[in-house]
Amino acid sequence: MSYTPDRSQYPAARADGSLDIDLASGKYLKLWQGPNHPGITGNMSVELTVCGDEVVEGKTHVGYLHRGFEKLMERRSFIQCFPIVCRICVPEPDFNEYCYAAAVEELAGIESPERANWIRALILEMGRINSYMMYLGGQAGSLGLGVIGQWTTYVRDLMLDRFEELTGARIYHMFILPGGVRDGLPEGFEQRMEETLREIESTMKDVYEVMFCNAVFKKRTVGMGVINPAWLDQYGVTGPNARAAGVAKDVRKDQPYLIYPELDFEPVVGQDSDIYTRADVRRRDVLVSIDLVRQMLAKMPKTGPLSAKIPNVLHWKIPRGETYIRGECSRGEYGYYLVTDGSGFPRRVNVRGPSYTHAMALLERMIVNVNISDVAALMVSLHTYPPEIER
Amino acid sequence: MTLRDLHTRLTALFPLGELTEQRPNLGFVTVPADYLRPTLLHLRDREGFTHLVLLTAVDWLEDGQFQLTYLLSNRAIPCDIGLRVMLPREGASMESIHELWPTAATYQRELREMFGIAFPGSPRVEEEFILEGWIDLPPYRRDFDTKKFSEENFNHRPGRETTDPAAHMKKQLYPGGL
Repeated sequence: MSYTPDRSQYPAARADGSLDIDLASGKYLKLWQGPNHPGITGNMSVELTVCGDEVVEGKTHVGYLHRGFEKLMERRSFIQCFPIVCRICVPEPDFNEYCYAAAVEELAGIESPERANWIRALILEMGRINSYMMYLGGQAGSLGLGVIGQWTTYVRDLMLDRFEELTGARIYHMFILPGGVRDGLPEGFEQRMEETLREIESTMKDVYEVMFCNAVFKKRTVGMGVINPAWLDQYGVTGPNARAAGVAKDVRKDQPYLIYPELDFEPVVGQDSDIYTRADVRRRDVLVSIDLVRQMLAKMPKTGPLSAKIPNVLHWKIPRGETYIRGECSRGEYGYYLVTDGSGFPRRVNVRGPSYTHAMALLERMIVNVNISDVAALMVSLHTYPPEIER
Repeated sequence: MTLRDLHTRLTALFPLGELTEQRPNLGFVTVPADYLRPTLLHLRDREGFTHLVLLTAVDWLEDGQFQLTYLLSNRAIPCDIGLRVMLPREGASMESIHELWPTAATYQRELREMFGIAFPGSPRVEEEFILEGWIDLPPYRRDFDTKKFSEENFNHRPGRETTDPAAHMKKQLYPGGL
């Protein structure tokens, strides 16, 4: 028997489009999902107004993790900003390092060596796999499939081992610095990476069978949380959220950077634009990233400089200018807008994280008329990381 | 289509400033505040720049101006163009573009809070975005002194008296002495 909501109880819209919600009427209830809630994607909360068990309005609240990075960077030299930027996004920090380094290099007229570009791309793809592993665990967990998160966390940990031997750190790598990268690949890295990739592939098969072929998962995600393709430009939707709607938006192909033109791959695209399709696009994107890592390890130059010569970092001044550097992270377009004024400090650094548009305006639009029990799944399906919203 | 061609077409319609070509596919141009909306509409509807990448501000304190940057992208070419709008810092106010891109409302809400730039008519622009109960200068303005603010608002927590970890831990564990 299908459920038909009683629309007579729904609030009327005012002239400005906001809803006329009379909480004193007893028809509505305020319900906070987050900031401490197993179904929230990190440090943010969604203020839900519900009528029965359906959401009539949702407002995203951020600020629980605001550390003022953009302001901090205005008082720091260009090299002092480098260890700060990775903190802006915990699960996938490397895009901050790459975008910041590339922006500084462009304005300072420095070109990073080819070998460094290969290693940069390798790190970005390793980070992408890790980020998707966290997502798959979260998406499955939001619908009660707790075991998937345990499997993906295990293989993510293996990839963190590879990060550790390459960069010396597991989470914040601080490896891609302006000018190039800090080091080359350690001895036997390719072999150990291949073992890790095989382990991830094996886990992805299990994830496919247990999560994507699961009747409960399908029942609750197919046709649920659809992003209308017409919203993509209105709400600045990028990455897998856009690709699942049939639009092959991928910065790696649209505006290739680093060594991506030399790699053979096609952006993963879906059609139905629902939660299931978005999850499936990300699952298949993991396989693409695994393939890209293999291609890179095979084609990468084994010798050559790892860093360009950069000025004395204590007295490094960059001429006045502005630029925007973007990359395709696991959530979509990640970009840095950097303005310099000829001094030894950035005039302005603005971080454009994909979650900024996905978790705010887009989520607030999509959450209306959703059942309370589906809110977590919908929110996770947009794959948002709150720190990049509030920076 | 090159950025130069685009700039030529735009300057025939609107009084734009000089084009700064940062890269072959990224340029910046200054637009008078009154002409921003028609320029954005033209770029979006006629030139295919349908993606609002970001909207942010730069504080040029010494010039007494805010710079608003509207970065638009055309994926088909692909090409990006940044429109710079210079506003006087005193009583800075700018027309809202939330009807053109609904997501712009979020950017405008943040800019009002962090830089104190007004966007009359933008949805929920007066609601707090990140800062709760903020009563000082908007913090991303260059004249906001973070050190002075923290000294006035937070208690000083004394640091370690010694750099020797053993001595420090001894004092922590046995404050009255052994």
